Amino acid sequence: MTESILNTPQAGSAAGIYENPVDEAIAILKERYPGAVADDPRDNYSGLVVNAGSIVEVAQALRDDLGFNYLSSVTGVDLIEDNKLEVVYHAYSIEKGGSAVVLHVQVDRDDPVVPSLVPIFPGANFQEREAWDMMGIRFDGHPDLRRILTWDEFHGHPLRKDWHEPFYEADHKPFGSRWPGGSVRRAEEHNPFGKNVQYPPGWVPTGEEYEVETNMYEGVTVSREATPGLKTDKVIVNMGPQHPSTHGVFRMVVTLDGETIVGLKPVMGYLHRNHEKIGERNTFIQNIPYTDRLDYISSMSNNHGYVLAVEKLMGAEVTERAEWIRILMVELTRIVNHLWALGFLLNDLGAMQTPMLYFYIERELILDFFEAAAGSRMMCNYMRFGGVAYDLPDDVRGQPTMQFLHDLIYDRIPKALEQGDGLMTGNEILRNRSIGVGYLSPEDAIAYSTAGPVLRASGIPYDVRRAEPYSYYEHLDFDVAVRYNGDIYDRFRIRMDEMRQSLRIIEQVLPHLKATEGQPVVGSKPQYALRMPANGEAYGRVENPKGELGYYVTAKRRSSNPERYHVRAPSFINLTALEKMTVGHKVADSVAILGSIDIVLGEVDR
Amino acid sequence: MTTSPTDPGTPTPEVPEELRNNVAITPLAKLLDPIYNWSRRNSLWPLGFGLACCAIEMICAASSRYDFARFGMEVFRATPRQADVMIISGTVTKKMVPTIVRLYNQMAEPRYVISMGACASGGGPFKEGYSVVDGIDKFLPVDVYIPGCPPTPQALLNGMIAMQEKIDNQSIASAPWYRKGDPTAEVVPVPVLGPDLVDVRQLDVIKEEAAKVEAEVETAVNA
Repeated sequence: MTESILNTPQAGSAAGIYENPVDEAIAILKERYPGAVADDPRDNYSGLVVNAGSIVEVAQALRDDLGFNYLSSVTGVDLIEDNKLEVVYHAYSIEKGGSAVVLHVQVDRDDPVVPSLVPIFPGANFQEREAWDMMGIRFDGHPDLRRILTWDEFHGHPLRKDWHEPFYEADHKPFGSRWPGGSVRRAEEHNPFGKNVQYPPGWVPTGEEYEVETNMYEGVTVSREATPGLKTDKVIVNMGPQHPSTHGVFRMVVTLDGETIVGLKPVMGYLHRNHEKIGERNTFIQNIPYTDRLDYISSMSNNHGYVLAVEKLMGAEVTERAEWIRILMVELTRIVNHLWALGFLLNDLGAMQTPMLYFYIERELILDFFEAAAGSRMMCNYMRFGGVAYDLPDDVRGQPTMQFLHDLIYDRIPKALEQGDGLMTGNEILRNRSIGVGYLSPEDAIAYSTAGPVLRASGIPYDVRRAEPYSYYEHLDFDVAVRYNGDIYDRFRIRMDEMRQSLRIIEQVLPHLKATEGQPVVGSKPQYALRMPANGEAYGRVENPKGELGYYVTAKRRSSNPERYHVRAPSFINLTALEKMTVGHKVADSVAILGSIDIVLGEVDR
Repeated sequence: MTTSPTDPGTPTPEVPEELRNNVAITPLAKLLDPIYNWSRRNSLWPLGFGLACCAIEMICAASSRYDFARFGMEVFRATPRQADVMIISGTVTKKMVPTIVRLYNQMAEPRYVISMGACASGGGPFKEGYSVVDGIDKFLPVDVYIPGCPPTPQALLNGMIAMQEKIDNQSIASAPWYRKGDPTAEVVPVPVLGPDLVDVRQLDVIKEEAAKVEAEVETAVNA
């Protein structure tokens, strides 16, 4: 093991009269801001309700005095019954680990203005833009409050409960029209335009809508000033949305001085598929296959975060065998994802296809196992509340499953990693292109709320599996991979480290799988006609291959649909730091830096 | 002199006795079609862009295990100018569809479109969403639909082979891109983004609907 791999501090190590640092922080905040903060009065809601006017002060105290320096998630909630909009913040302590201090800010629905937290936590930037786009909450003092997932002229704020889309049928599934009558007319037939569009009443096209991106360039500086001695302009280059290096439909508006990047604006939303709006209409179990399609390379771990959140809400117990199967699947998914990510990163660095094709061999073996277990290679839809959908298969590719896994874990994958190391890690071209490029300091990594390998490659040993253990991770022996240089090379190597740690975890899981053979893989609680026993909110987070994936779910008592369903997507939030990493480098490096973040657009845009 | 079997009016030259085994006389179109189709079907170069989940399976289909280079489809081109077939590999969103239509228009003819997966074919699981186009065939002429969510690499291969079979049956005489005024050969107007996606071919309908709403408001006011 290299010397750079350390253990993180264990959760709950804070001293003091309080059992955990969250209670302590909440008590201090209540004492210090008596009029401005109060306990959340709602049942099963944690954290504090903060006055909109005091949120900046409270956030600053939280960061500087109480050590909760990592603002993980910011999201809006529509409380239409109280005529209010709510902003929910989840802040963690990197040093102490443990759960989040949750802050709720409630504002009037007709004039929703909340002070922006971007000056304190730059990582809130895109998330506040998303809350503006989706909910219409204005963030006072935000440097660049534009729509982010839809486009500038878009009509309305779609995640508000009273906003209906063109193919709207009913608030909740299952739709009454589908069963038992079954006389459904297709949505296109209701729509006067025959497709999925609607316009504000009386709207007439003027021709001005052809200039759709006027606002896009407002934040981008274009200087006509000549540099001394040479007459030059800065040039804006649009990379994407159709570009081979953007890993999907992502766009970077790059401002160049010669070949050097002086500004970069990521533009996203080209794969915005209304995950959250559809999720709030679905029943709880209907959302599981949708989570597959978030980060479509690591669908198993997406399932995991969601079922954890809903299990918290419904109070379901997970059977022992199911927990071991889950860990097996999630760690295999991490290997699948990192093999793919490294293959693409090397592709972006000019090693055309070869590393990808080498890594692809082992990836296919794992996908075959997934197909045998879940029925599908990529979209596994495998986890259920309280367990998993099916037990492990008897055989995979003609081999008994346990033997197949044994070969995979002890033979195939270690050899592939060895080979990858031999071919790439010492490679001169790779080292020249990646060492010192795309540097992100540890302070910035925390401030920009980056997560996963990006955070840990900057020297911050923060891993949800250790910081706030879920499933059986606290019983497993593994190290949190960490590297200290914060450049592309370290983000490459940390993924190699993480795959080795995943193998180590799976080695410990295999005996448990043997020991629990034949035991039930799912709990006895009903899955399909699930009704929540009580009101409440839950935040389920897992260490996804890309970083911390969180699901914020609220529900009403007796309801079978989530009231609010939000995904804290690591790829999306990691992009906040992209500009910081790229400015000053050459334009060709921006491609490699983007590759080293490892984004998946399904998750960025949701 | 004998006459051609397809066109009795045209005289065909007599083939000398000693060359009968080596020479056959066929009408030009009949001779060209197989050559055209053969070269086209075996060099279907896809446009290298992926939209969503299906793109991952598309890459798998191109990689070593499934390897659709065996069928002449190996070269993913990053520019539409060099591509023959556009694989719509994933959910088409309203924000993305103007770009896709523009890319299609930039492809040189003959050009084909394969709609890969449920989303591209009809919106798929995301059809009810507000920012999803319910099927790329609302804008582009689609040649082959591949079902699945996502289709496996084998399904994509099957779709590509179906595409080849379709090409086999084409004739220069009837191919749309050689005929004036054929709707599938024309440039598709690029949709624009207003308050919602605006298909410029539907401007009249949109204005009509707006007028209807105005009339309703007027009657309500008068009443």
